[in-house]
Formats: sequence, structure tokens, C-alpha cells
Amino acid sequence: MDLIYSLPQLALQLSKDFFGVDLGTYIYILLKTLVLIGCIVGGLQGSVAYLTLWERKLIGWMQIRMGPNRVGPLGLLQPIADGVKLLLKELIVPSGANKGLFVLAPVLSVAPAFAAWAVIPFSPEVVLADINAGLLYLTAMTSLGVYGVIVAGWASNSKYAFLGAMRSAAQIVAYEIAMGFALVVVLMVSGSLNLSEIVNAQGRGQFADIGLTFLSWNWLPLAPMVLVYFISGIAETNRAPFDVVEGESEIVAGHMVEYSGMGFAMFMLAEYASMWMIAMLTVLMFFGGWQAPVNWAVLAWVPSIVWLLGKVFCVVSMFLWIRASFPRYRYDQIMRLGWKVFIPVTLVWLVFIGVWMQTPWNIWT
Amino acid sequence: MADIRNYTLNFGPQHPAAHGVLRLVLELDGEVVQRADPHIGMLHRATEKLVEHKTYLQALPYMDRLDYMSMMANEHAYCLAIEKLLGLQVPVRAQYIRVMFDEITRLLNHLLWLGAHAIDCGAMTVFLYAFRERETLLDCYEAVSGARLHAAYYRPGGVYRDLPDSMPQYEASKFRNRQKLSDLNENRQGTLLDFIADFTDKFPKYVDEYEQLLTNNRIWKQRTVGIGVVSPERALAMGLSGPMLRGSGIEWDLRRKQPYEVYDLLEFDIPVGVNGDCYDRYLCRINEMRQSNRIVRQCVEWLRTHPGPVITDNHKIAPPSRVQMKTSMEDLIHHFKLFTEGFHVPEGETYAAIEHPKGEFGIYLISDGANKPYRLKIRAPGYAHLSALDEVARGHMIADVVAIIGTLDIVFGEIDR
Repeated sequence: MDLIYSLPQLALQLSKDFFGVDLGTYIYILLKTLVLIGCIVGGLQGSVAYLTLWERKLIGWMQIRMGPNRVGPLGLLQPIADGVKLLLKELIVPSGANKGLFVLAPVLSVAPAFAAWAVIPFSPEVVLADINAGLLYLTAMTSLGVYGVIVAGWASNSKYAFLGAMRSAAQIVAYEIAMGFALVVVLMVSGSLNLSEIVNAQGRGQFADIGLTFLSWNWLPLAPMVLVYFISGIAETNRAPFDVVEGESEIVAGHMVEYSGMGFAMFMLAEYASMWMIAMLTVLMFFGGWQAPVNWAVLAWVPSIVWLLGKVFCVVSMFLWIRASFPRYRYDQIMRLGWKVFIPVTLVWLVFIGVWMQTPWNIWT
Repeated sequence: MADIRNYTLNFGPQHPAAHGVLRLVLELDGEVVQRADPHIGMLHRATEKLVEHKTYLQALPYMDRLDYMSMMANEHAYCLAIEKLLGLQVPVRAQYIRVMFDEITRLLNHLLWLGAHAIDCGAMTVFLYAFRERETLLDCYEAVSGARLHAAYYRPGGVYRDLPDSMPQYEASKFRNRQKLSDLNENRQGTLLDFIADFTDKFPKYVDEYEQLLTNNRIWKQRTVGIGVVSPERALAMGLSGPMLRGSGIEWDLRRKQPYEVYDLLEFDIPVGVNGDCYDRYLCRINEMRQSNRIVRQCVEWLRTHPGPVITDNHKIAPPSRVQMKTSMEDLIHHFKLFTEGFHVPEGETYAAIEHPKGEFGIYLISDGANKPYRLKIRAPGYAHLSALDEVARGHMIADVVAIIGTLDIVFGEIDR
């Protein structure tokens, strides 16, 4: 462990020795950033690929069937086979489509989904861009993803795709607001927009002092916000039961209906990357990020990244569990839930927390 | 001011929710359906005409292929029509077997309907649960007729053969260890009747599982309550039947109102709905499954204790046994005549209807005394149901149209025939 943490120092020293102090520092920062980007993007691609396998396996078990088990042992090579297949397929552009926008749309969809990861802290030290307005940047990036969907729906020149795009535009507005308010409450209690600081703030409090850290995390005082945020997150990523945008049995695949090969794969990549994103954010903001649930000596050897990824994995599995359990909402019912339930709930809780923080019983000092 | 027009959407024939080859032209105002225009005929196979060129027995397997989700029920109506013209008595054991398999067919159909309806509304797990039970029931089909779908088991005068005394077993393979194998074969040790009895014991619990996923699910209720409401008057006027009619609160079931076979000897209830919406029809069908299970159970008990012939001994209609055919001259002639010329049905016309899983399925048969039907008209419940789609779906959203198509329980084999 110590060796890994001392590596950056060693690299910095080497770089300074080799290029001189000023230039060496710049080159070190450049290289470090590139390596981190490589790790994050590579890791994300891998996790997206294996999330598809885990989804099929887990839902398979829930539905008393086996899931993929033919490619490699236990089907472990299935995502790779899928990837190769999608890569080798022809990208068909419909004759009536707007070619430029049609090609641009998957990029528009996948780029923000990946860019958002820049500000995510994986452990106290490991974060690509530890910026102050991290939360703001995240909301901006996750909202941008909808343009890919809208552009795809418009450029495809297909009625099904167009319906999907219209649904998506309306849905995203409703749930962005609820999500935004949930984040505002988190920001209020943490006193910071920086994600590392938000996590650190959760490690302080009466319960944390007696070793029961998990009771100090935000999920307990902000319980309604956790629900609103997580459900809005499902809606935001267009996952069941809010998957009206692709609505398999209604509008076939919505905005993706005309896409094949990698165009389609990019949309899927964006969807699954967003799922990881929402899960990660839920963990960071409400479940104490990389902190261990209890502050006991026996658990001290577990690295913080294990806690973080373990929690994220559980939350992501919740997405899949929900998908296996519920029927799909109708489009106007989703709107109703967003506007008439979630936004009022978040507003009320916002005021409640605001008032609480002004009283002597404020626990977030 | 630009002229705002509704736009039309071609829903199908290749659409995940089109249940086969339904082509639905939807006129949409935003997402609201202004007009739903079903176009049919893509699965038309001219069954009614084909039947006119086959002997009565050769035409029987065509009936399986009408509503290919409730095969034996179709055969039943056809056999009843012929028996009516012939004035033929069917042995009681055969009647019980027919009733039992009619109800197994109802379970098969309702299970598929449940799964498809749920998956249309986005709940995919129910579909796979339902197929688990369908597997068992199709095994019953297979054990009795050799075919899992197109059974051709009912014959004019009875059924093709008696119920088998043993069930086929799963065999060892590299994917099954000894423990798993013996678990799979556990309920297959006895006769077919034991196998079915075992199923009837387990089935109510399975229905509870489906209900747990759907009945009180808020999203499921939001998707089905108040959707596709049919008033009792309109339901009658549009010629709806089966669960579509009972969902609207009209207690009409041919098994009770015009009892055929041994239905008047059996105990079962007819579930009816109140509001006539998708949810009530869903509850109706779920309860029908429970009632069917009851009927199957009663038939099993009766069949266990009452051996006997399963097909008429009138060898002008039903072939003699192999032994008789090989030893008796007269039976050899009967056999030869039956399998070359077929039997003749006296001149006349008749209508025989049964309570098919989907509604009233009727066969209108005109005979001119030949060995082939002069004319055979099929009254398919799905056809009337699909005609009601426009009225039922108007003013609903696209997602509701999908739910309504699901609740109509249409199968194109019988609509297009």
C-alpha cells in the first residue's frame, strides 16, 4: 500500500531531476492526468461491459433461468463477444436521416456520461479534478446527456424515434429539478460543493465519534432525499420502470430504433455509464463514500476503495432488481410523479432541513 | 397559422407488442390516440376453404393451428359440431378427459396471456414465471398426444387414446447431476394423472406469486385501472365474449349456460368484473385460472376411479383397434374405408360453440352428406375483440393501446385463420 502511495512522489522527483523543477512539475502533472484519465475511462468501459453481464445474470437468477453461460467459463467472456459483434456490424444511416446529426448524437450522448467522472473521488487522495464546484459540474454534465437522445430522435427521421425524443425531453426536465433540489439539501448540510468534502463531512458527528459511522451518514437525516434522488436517478438514466424513452413494447426502442452497431453501442455505453454514475453519487452523497460503516479496528485493513466500490455495486444491483420487479410507468404518470410528488417533497424537506440547521439541535456543525 | 394535422403511426406488423402480425394504423394527436385502425390478413391461410377439401378427420389438425395458444379447445368445438350432426354419443371417460384438457388448455392460454400482458406493460418477470408452469402443462400435452402444441388429440367420437400410465423422464446429461436429475423426475414417477394432480397442488401457490408481483402493485394498477373500459351494453353489442364480457360484469359462460360434456357435473365459479377495465379483466382471468385448476382436480379424481373406453365403438366413425383390425374382416374393411374415404356426415347444418379460453369459439358446419364439409365457418372470439379495439382505445395514450391489445388476448391464428 505504502509503495503505491509513494509512487507519485517518486515520479515527481524523477521528473524534476530529469526536466528541471518547473518543466518537470508540468510534465508530471500532465502525465499524471493522462494516466488517471486512462484508468478511469478504461475502468469505466470495463465496468460497463461487465455490468451488462451482471445484469443479465442477476435478472436471470431472479427469473429462474441461467443467463449467459456459453462464452467462456460462466459466460464471463460474453461482454467481449458482444463488443466484438457490435464493433464489426455495419453502421446503417437511414436514407431520410440527417447524416451529420445522426452520427453526432451517440457522441453527444456518451461524452458527458464519461466526462462527469472527472470530479469523482475514488478515495481521499485519488481524484482527477478536485474542483470546488464539483457537484455543479456533475449536474451540468448529467443533464447534457439528454441532448444526445433528442438529437438522435430528431435526426433519425422516424416517428418512433421522434416520440422517444419528445418523451425524453419532457421527462428529463421534471426529474432534473427534483434531483437538483435533493443535491441542494446535501450541499446545505455539507457546506461544500466539493465531493471529497461532502464525503468527509459525513464522517463527523455524534455517532461517528462512538464508532458507528454509518449512522452519521447523510442517508439517515435525509432519508426522503435518498429515495427521491435514487428514483430520479433511475428516471434520469431511462431505466425500468421509467424507461418510457425506449419503451420496448410501445415505441420499440425510442431514439435508438434506427441505430445499429457502434451507434447503438454508444447509447448503451452512455446508459450504463450513467447508471454507475448515479450509483456512485448516491454512495458519495448519502452513504459515506469510501468510509467504513463502523470504525472498528478489525476493519481497518480494508482499503477505502473496497468500501466505495462495494457500496456502488450494491446500489447498481438495486437498479437491476427494480427492473426485474416493476411494470413500466405510462409517460404522463411519470410526469405526475415528478412534478406532483418529488418536487414538493424535496421542497418541503429543503425548508425542514433549513429550519433544523438554524435551531440549537443542528447536527451538522 | 400553420395547419396542425394529426399524424399516423404504423404500429406493426413487426412490433414487439403486436402479438404476431397485427398492423395497427394509429392516428395520433401528440400521444393520444384519435383512431385505431386494425389491419388484418397477414396470417390468412384460408383454413375454412382448405377444410372443404379434406375429409373430416384430415381437417382436424387445422383446428390446432387456428388459435395456436389453445389448441385442444379449438379441436373440441370442431368435434362437437361433427358429433352433433352425427348424433354421436361420446363415452363419459372421454368427456372427462376432454374437459380436463380443455381446462389445461385454458391454463396454458391464460398463462401466456398473463405473461404477454405483463411484458407489454413492462413487467418481464411474470412472463418467465408463467412459462415455468406452461412447461409442465405442455409436458401433459406431450405425454398424451406426442405433440407439445398441435396435439390433434380430440377425435369425433372421443379422444385419440387413453391417458398414459407413465411419464417420460428427464435423462442424465453433463449439465445435471444426480441430485438435480432426481428432483426433476420426482413428480414423474407415477401416471399422467399423478403428474397433473401434483401440478394442481402446486398451482395455487404459483398464482399467488403472479398476484404478488402484479395485483397490488401500484404501477400495475395505474397502468390498468380505468383503461379500456367497456360498458356491459357495449360489450354485448360488440359481440365480446369470454373474459372480455365477464370483465364488464355480465355473467355469461357457455360452460354454465349451455353445458356441454360434463361441465354440469363439476363445481366451479364464474368470476365477473365490475368496472369492465383492463384491471377487472386481469382479475377475472387470474380467478379463472384458479377455477380451472379446481376443475382439473375434480376431473383427475374422477378419472382415477373410472376406467373405460375413451372413444366411441362405432367403427364407422372411429377406427377399430389394431388387434381387431388384424383379426376381423369387418374391422379391416372399416379401417380401410375410414383411412381412405373417411366417414360421411348426414346432410344438415349445425352450430357448436364452446367456452374457449378467449371467449365463445364456434364452428358452423354445413354438410351435404359427403365425406367433406360443404362449408365450415369459424366464429373466432378474437375477431370480435379486435373489432372493438378502435372504440376501446380511442382517447387513450399509446402505452394504453399496448395494454388494451394485451387485455384483448388476441392471437392472429384465429383472427386471420
